[in-house]
Amino acid sequence: MPETPPESAEKPSGFDPSAFEGILSRLGHGGHLGMRYRAHGVGWVEMELPYAERLIGDVETGVIASGPIISLMDNATSLSVWTAIGEFRPQVTLDLRVDYMRPATPGKTVIGRGECYKVTRSMAFVRGIAHDGDADDPVAHVAGTFIRIDNFLG
Amino acid sequence: MTTDTEMAAILGFMPPFAREMGMTVDHMQGGLPVIAFDYGPHVMGRPGFLHGGAMSGLMEIAAIAALRVTVAAEEPAVRIKPVNITINFMRGGREARTYALGEVTRIGRRVANVEAKAWQDDPAKPIATVFMNFLLSSPKQV
Repeated sequence: MPETPPESAEKPSGFDPSAFEGILSRLGHGGHLGMRYRAHGVGWVEMELPYAERLIGDVETGVIASGPIISLMDNATSLSVWTAIGEFRPQVTLDLRVDYMRPATPGKTVIGRGECYKVTRSMAFVRGIAHDGDADDPVAHVAGTFIRIDNFLG
Repeated sequence: MTTDTEMAAILGFMPPFAREMGMTVDHMQGGLPVIAFDYGPHVMGRPGFLHGGAMSGLMEIAAIAALRVTVAAEEPAVRIKPVNITINFMRGGREARTYALGEVTRIGRRVANVEAKAWQDDPAKPIATVFMNFLLSSPKQV
């Protein structure tokens, strides 16, 4: 095995999602849902979505809707691209697939971990999981792609 | 724009998340509900554009509503569980009212395949589409 430094010892990403997310989350959809920055490293970002009654999709069980989980994973994977390349690069989601393993446990915060595993000149390939405390027992798996655009503000 | 009551009648309940996003049944089309919400900070992604997750949530509710209406005709008590969703984003959603309509491609004994699309000004120019698979189960089975 070649010697590689442990992941925790890697140098920090040139892109800090906590600052970026702080601005957008207060204004936009993520902030409205109560989404927050949690942690990041090079090529990965964790966001969290605290349980809230207004996010419920099934009133009988109190389980939150799956829509907010899509939003959580869209944001976490999107930010992971920028920590992977170390800078902000205008992009939009091209596609996203979400597999629902099980309902999120009512009352628990959902944690979304997005990873960017490949970046090309135009594309970024991402994957991630959503869980509610135990990453080995995920609520959802996601896979998606982002495409670079010229003008973020259209 | 219709009321919560009509949406509740279609979905079987009024999900708090749908209400939180301002979703309503805009009108019926071919017997299926067109679900819509207005643009606002609560659905904004990058400044001036609709958040991909918000439009996905809208299409997901439209897909569930289409499936509910379709299965209600034959087996009203059937339970539907989303297994997965694939979303394709085609155009940036602008600061405008957004509509979504689901369509049931196939209902089998255990699985339903449902598509939905979202648009703003022109239904022929969708901003995004989804494919969803649902597991069907009868509450009578123990």
